[in-house]
Amino acid sequence: MDLALTILIDGAIYASWLFIVALGLTLIFGVLKILNIAHGSFYAIGAYAAASIVGLFAAEKFAPAFSLVALLLAAVAVAVIVGPLLERLLLRRFYGRDEVLLVLVTYALFLILEDVSKLIWGVNPYYVTEPYGLFGDVSLGSLFYVGYDLAIVAVALICGVGVWYGLNRTVLGKIVLAVIHNDEIAASMGINIGKVYLGAFTFGVFLAALGGAFTAPMISVQPGISVGVIIVSFAVVIIGGLGSIGGAAIGALIVGVARSTAVHIWPAAELFSIYLVMAAVLIFRPEGLFQRAVARRI
Amino acid sequence: MSRNLHSTLLYSAALVALLLAGLMLPQWLLFLLTMAASHGVVGLGLIVMMRGGVVSFGQGLVFAIGGYVAGLAATRYGVTDAVVLVLLGSAAAAIAGAIAGPLLARYRSIFFAMLTLALSMVLYGILVKSSAVGGSDGFNVPRPSLLGFSINETNSDYAFFALSSVIATVLTLLVTIYCRSSRGLLSLAIRDNELRVEYLGTSVRAAMAINFIIAAALGGAGGALTVISLGHIDPNFSYWTRSGEFVFMAILAGHASAPAVFLASLLLELVRSFSNKYFPDTWQLALGLFLLLIILFLPKGVGSLWAKPERLPRQAAEKAKQAAARNATEAAE
Repeated sequence: MDLALTILIDGAIYASWLFIVALGLTLIFGVLKILNIAHGSFYAIGAYAAASIVGLFAAEKFAPAFSLVALLLAAVAVAVIVGPLLERLLLRRFYGRDEVLLVLVTYALFLILEDVSKLIWGVNPYYVTEPYGLFGDVSLGSLFYVGYDLAIVAVALICGVGVWYGLNRTVLGKIVLAVIHNDEIAASMGINIGKVYLGAFTFGVFLAALGGAFTAPMISVQPGISVGVIIVSFAVVIIGGLGSIGGAAIGALIVGVARSTAVHIWPAAELFSIYLVMAAVLIFRPEGLFQRAVARRI
Repeated sequence: MSRNLHSTLLYSAALVALLLAGLMLPQWLLFLLTMAASHGVVGLGLIVMMRGGVVSFGQGLVFAIGGYVAGLAATRYGVTDAVVLVLLGSAAAAIAGAIAGPLLARYRSIFFAMLTLALSMVLYGILVKSSAVGGSDGFNVPRPSLLGFSINETNSDYAFFALSSVIATVLTLLVTIYCRSSRGLLSLAIRDNELRVEYLGTSVRAAMAINFIIAAALGGAGGALTVISLGHIDPNFSYWTRSGEFVFMAILAGHASAPAVFLASLLLELVRSFSNKYFPDTWQLALGLFLLLIILFLPKGVGSLWAKPERLPRQAAEKAKQAAARNATEAAE
């Protein structure tokens, strides 16, 4: 019983930051039709930026509670700087090209950002310790958890509900949905598609960086974290169906629980349990769990 | 058939020239060419698939299977001949392809790419945890012999160069002939419009599965060649960044011409080793920039610089329509 509970809670914690990252990935895919390999790099840059800004706050002797503000600030800074720059200078040139070619473009971007972040932050690991102790320890029955880990679950819930509300209950959201469904018709209705693309991409980068910033206290921030994240979040959006928010949530939970089950029961399988689940889902539902099949065109 | 004969003569002449030139080349360039040929064979497989309109992001899967089978055959079962090792690696990968191919043949575009990627990462995960085959360190493979001749320190570079050149040339010729056959041309029709091909009475899935198996056999041969020349194998053979490089190679080559993939492969090896040498900390950056420039300025690949497009159905149809319209107006006047 304890084991089952542990697996579920560990899975939920893992799923929560994964959901934040995957939400950005699925949003970018929905609007721009780009499966963004560089998303993992945005996650890593967010984590690095968080390490820098938390360090800066600590040096200025701010109260530890401000380190949470620092995390948020890091994500915003990364999104505002990186998002528009890449969308305007690079991605804009490739819209409408073959999907696989676009994957390759973002793969090139991933290689570039990998080295750029090494140039900026070096190769030594960073540790962001300040925020981790803020929420103390929480006991659930006989199990003890670090409060921060559970706070991440709350952040993920806020992100999910926020994005859902924003898309389905606001005018701006309806505009974005119109572009997702058909950008040509949206354009002919007077929507400035370029702006929607820019906004969606920047917001996607923000979510990736937010995921990175909030996980920074739980991990050691070092080169190579981007690679692991990107493949796992790909698995999430593929399981859930590309471009679906509910799908990303369910996908993240499935991946999180699959991984924590493997960690507790058969540790050797940690790495490929995720891909096995993904392959299994794809074999039975090639479009993912939450996407309707598209009719073939003659 | 005369076109195939023509190609055979052309490829043989090119191979002889290459082997003669190899005698005069420095050691580092020979190694680079060996790697380019070995990896190019994997790219050749991708091109076979790309002609049908799908791209595998998991060619590392068959690359690693070919490599591991060749490596294990050499270390555990005492197979010493390099050509036999390549054949074994290729056959093993083809069997894996024959199992996965029919399953994967249902999928297209991004789903095909992601599913193949997932399979290759499953293999990576298994290999990293398998201490029997060296875990994440991999294992060393002894130098094999070549058709009864022993390979030693002094002649190994040229021997491996010759081996990979000959195999790469033969395989390219076979792929060229396959692409010209009616089954090979079917791939192009599938890329244009699957549904019509099915209405004409052919199984699209069977054609896709066959392409996948051919690509797997080629990938396995490439993996085995790489292991033989490197003398080492590790799970990174199956890692997704490796597969990404193969995709890049195939895009760089374009599917207009099969030999172009070796030029692309050589270009990639050159960029990689030079940026490794001159910008050791930022070679990924250099590689990424190179990739972006190619996609921006040569979207159809280097092969499009010299190869004539195989068929231009749409343009031909357009011309016919214009001609018909002209006739109609003339008749009206």
